[in-house]
Amino acid sequence: MAATPSATLPSTFLPCPGFRESCRTLNWRTHKKQLVRKAGAVKVRAKFELEPPPYPMNALEPHMSRTTFEYHWGKHHRAYVDNLNKQIVGTELDDLTLEDIILVTYNRGDLLPPFNNAAQAWNHQFFWESMKPGGGGKPSGELLELINRDFGSFEAFVKEFKTAAATQFGSGWAWLAYKANRLDVGNASNPHPSDEDKKLVIVKTANAVNPLVWDYSPLLTIDVWEHAYHLDFRSRRAEYISIFMEKLVSWEAVSSRLEAAKAQAAEREKEEERKRREEEEEYQAGDEVREMYVESTDSEAE
Amino acid sequence: MSWCCCNSVCTSSSRQLLATSDLSSIPSRVSNVGLKQKRSLCGVPKVFAYYGLKTPPYKLDALEPYMSQKMLEVHWGEHHCGYVEALNKQLEKNDMLYGCTMDELIKVTYNNGNPLPEFGVAAQVWNHDFFWESMKPGGGDMPKLGLLQLIEKDFGSFTNFKEKFIEAALTLFGSGWIWLVLNREEKRLAIIKTSNAVNPLVWNDIPLIGLDLWEHAYYLDYKNDKANYVNVFMNHLVSWDVALGRMARAQAFVNLGEPKIPVA
Repeated sequence: MAATPSATLPSTFLPCPGFRESCRTLNWRTHKKQLVRKAGAVKVRAKFELEPPPYPMNALEPHMSRTTFEYHWGKHHRAYVDNLNKQIVGTELDDLTLEDIILVTYNRGDLLPPFNNAAQAWNHQFFWESMKPGGGGKPSGELLELINRDFGSFEAFVKEFKTAAATQFGSGWAWLAYKANRLDVGNASNPHPSDEDKKLVIVKTANAVNPLVWDYSPLLTIDVWEHAYHLDFRSRRAEYISIFMEKLVSWEAVSSRLEAAKAQAAEREKEEERKRREEEEEYQAGDEVREMYVESTDSEAE
Repeated sequence: MSWCCCNSVCTSSSRQLLATSDLSSIPSRVSNVGLKQKRSLCGVPKVFAYYGLKTPPYKLDALEPYMSQKMLEVHWGEHHCGYVEALNKQLEKNDMLYGCTMDELIKVTYNNGNPLPEFGVAAQVWNHDFFWESMKPGGGDMPKLGLLQLIEKDFGSFTNFKEKFIEAALTLFGSGWIWLVLNREEKRLAIIKTSNAVNPLVWNDIPLIGLDLWEHAYYLDYKNDKANYVNVFMNHLVSWDVALGRMARAQAFVNLGEPKIPVA
């Protein structure tokens, strides 16, 4: 088991007091670490592992070729994981989960060096899991309801998502995310400050950034770095995006992420409610004490 | 001040230019319409065009084996051509940007760091023109004469410059470019990394060499091996002759040293 992280982390890294608690309730698939003990060494080093996609590398043919996977997963994703491990070994980040490392190293936009590798490692794992063989089609159930509510129709959502992915200039990602936060987030500036709570939103991000840094819950992503589609589609990004939407998206994965996001949002609300009640009770208790003192001084004066 | 009017400015009456009487006042960068262009432009219904796709100053297979013909066909024929077409489409909607030289267009659309939508494609058109001209078959080796002296003065040695250039290229994250520029204010050479489409013209510096580090520039030939691509560029592709010419032109605008006045 990894050592408790909060004790070792300097306070300058922590964006706000409630941060640690909310991280524990994060229901993400936290990336497992492998503890490596060298014989005779006192230090325990934790390493992130490169996990394979949840399907064989040729499973998404002909829409995403095996060759693309061999490079995209086998070289790019692997390099991000390996370089991240090299960067965090022996530092305070060594004991954290991948999501925590991302949040800490985002540093309100003033990126610390491990951010790019950490975020890209997370993004790519999320991306593989956003696809499946025989994917595409339409979502159903609550996800479809929310899509219809927040975008008008499924077709309108697809159009907006495709536009976001196609207009992300340079390298980056396009996301469908669940936004449940109310106030400005301590860790970063919120790009949709005037939206209502608890909406589905589409955001695009540059390079390695992902919506975790804005306290959103990502549900779906598409990689629009050129390495993701150049071997199969050359310059035709729009075609890649269309194929992704029609043939690759795993709506089951998106639905289960939505459930997790809603559960997390509900839990957080309960937590905040509980804290507020506690604070009120403390304040009331304080009032009683003060009243007692007032009475005693009156009786002394008499 | 657009010092970098390209040396192949021509006002040939290509069918790509607007059919108005003001044509001759627009510096056109159109050169021979290649087969590729005809095919891609055939799909465009209107004959409105402001800028044309310039061909590289060598055949598409001339840089083999360091940059394959296939790579150039895709990079120039699809990406660069796509930028030109996208730029023309965007300019159709916006009369105010009509009639600029490419350099002016870039500076105006950069908008002091708050770029307008046209900036990305405009700058990418310029950047790619600059990139093709920064390479030549049988390139690499070392710079000569004044440029070598300047590099040695500002970097210590050519080897040191090369190391710094390669290091900058490898530490650039995401899409972007690496430039060797002449900094106008400090009157010295510098290596600059830029993201996406940004280029040194926006800071009024004078680029001498540009290296495309968008993944589309090397993926077909080198896949994820960026280090190999950058080393091959420095050793076998970069055209120091062109860089020397650019430096010579730059000296018309930047005073690089005291003139030698003979003493009687």
